[in-house]
Amino acid sequence: MVVDANSSFFQWVIYIIQNYWPLFLRGAEVTLIISLTGTIIGFTIGILIGIIRTIPIDNNTHILKRAVYKVVNVLLLIYIEVFRGTPMIVQAMVVFYGVAMIWGIHLTTFVAGIFIVSINTGAYMAEIVRGGIISIDKGQFEAAHAIGMTHAQTMAYIVLPQAIRNILPALSNEFVINIKDTSVLNVIGVTELFFQSKSAAGNNYRYFEVFLITCLVYLVMTFTVTRILRYFEKRLEGPDVYTIHGSQTVPEAEIKIVGRQ
Amino acid sequence: MEKIIEVCHLQKFFGENEVLKDINFSVSKGEVVCIIGSSGSGKSTLLRCLNLLEQPTSGEILYHGQNILEHDMSNAVYRAKMGMVFQQFNLFNNLSVLENCTVGQIKVLKRNLQEAKKTAMEYLELVGMSGFIDARPHQISGGQKQRVAIARALSMEPEALLFDEPTSALDPEMVGEVLKVMKSLAGSGLTMLVVTHEMSFARDVAHRVVFMDGGIIAEEDTPDVIFNNPKNERTRIFLKRILDN
Repeated sequence: MVVDANSSFFQWVIYIIQNYWPLFLRGAEVTLIISLTGTIIGFTIGILIGIIRTIPIDNNTHILKRAVYKVVNVLLLIYIEVFRGTPMIVQAMVVFYGVAMIWGIHLTTFVAGIFIVSINTGAYMAEIVRGGIISIDKGQFEAAHAIGMTHAQTMAYIVLPQAIRNILPALSNEFVINIKDTSVLNVIGVTELFFQSKSAAGNNYRYFEVFLITCLVYLVMTFTVTRILRYFEKRLEGPDVYTIHGSQTVPEAEIKIVGRQ
Repeated sequence: MEKIIEVCHLQKFFGENEVLKDINFSVSKGEVVCIIGSSGSGKSTLLRCLNLLEQPTSGEILYHGQNILEHDMSNAVYRAKMGMVFQQFNLFNNLSVLENCTVGQIKVLKRNLQEAKKTAMEYLELVGMSGFIDARPHQISGGQKQRVAIARALSMEPEALLFDEPTSALDPEMVGEVLKVMKSLAGSGLTMLVVTHEMSFARDVAHRVVFMDGGIIAEEDTPDVIFNNPKNERTRIFLKRILDN
């Protein structure tokens, strides 16, 4: 197919799809890998910070421990405030050129991209996880302490499973945001979807046609991811069905109870 | 008889507010002690201090003669010996009925899964909840939750069981099933310390009744003396008010 300046809009769209689909595909792949990895690492960072920031500290805690905790807490707060209070596009520039200049570390743009999305997501998730932990009923902590669990055991077996289930919607939200926001990484030359689109558009001087396709690719990705994650959220709510074993007259009876109250 | 817990000069402040003033009392092995008194008299705070859910401001709590407020004894080890049943049940929402009763055995007492399940089933049977092992806490009624909570505490095979108003959050028709379980436990020789508003339970089941008022133990005696022949004027007024309702 040959196109020129007089070709129609649809001819251009078809031409671009036919000639540039591998480019879009590679861009979408990089976008997905960076946003997925960044979300997972960021979530891990968020959980760790959330756990640290909810460690109970009272007057009985050793003074040295309290001092260390205070310092750590202040550092974490600075991290959270800085990364939530600045645009990711600026963070990308500062981190990518900063580590090269200060430490002489030359990250590949791909690694830098994952790094930036991770620490950015971590800052947001830290507060979400902390909120999730705080929102768990105090009685759950007390009951766990009352059977002799330590704070660490209480968190691991009782509180975090409940908190994480509650923050899953926020996590999938963060993933979808990351799919879209990785587009800013084109400023440091990460070959994600926006970057690839720009070169396709530049080659043909066709910006509207190309970015309309880009738009669709983003939409397909976010829509699919949202549906998949919603499915998992539903499954994690636990079974709707349980069985009552035995009855007073027939010990081997089993009654299935369906639906939640 | 052998004293399990002995409390000496226990004092607890919440800010400026002195909730417990110089409490002295003890619980012996196999004893069933009921703590009664009006709201705000410090009953629950006393019970929570005994399980270190509240840190006493001053005084001593002796467990088999050893002061648990000194730091050489781990809180977790001691707490595992004192079972606690809460007003709000506090079943672990992420776990099934059976898992609620096994998680402490496995993680704290380091029992293996088989052993933990066996013990849990034994106590779930005792409270009449063995049919519901797969249910989640939100799928069962308040009375059933409280019976599971009792089984969970018993599964740890504690030396004493502390009950913090176990029937106060229940619908009236469910109070009976929980009290029935508690009565049978008392009959089996379990050491129990019960904060309650159920006067008939205190009268029928307790070996000793402690009346608290304004952060002090105003009177403690056998149920017979407390209910029929109280020596303290305030005990008399409290019982008259509560029994008239």
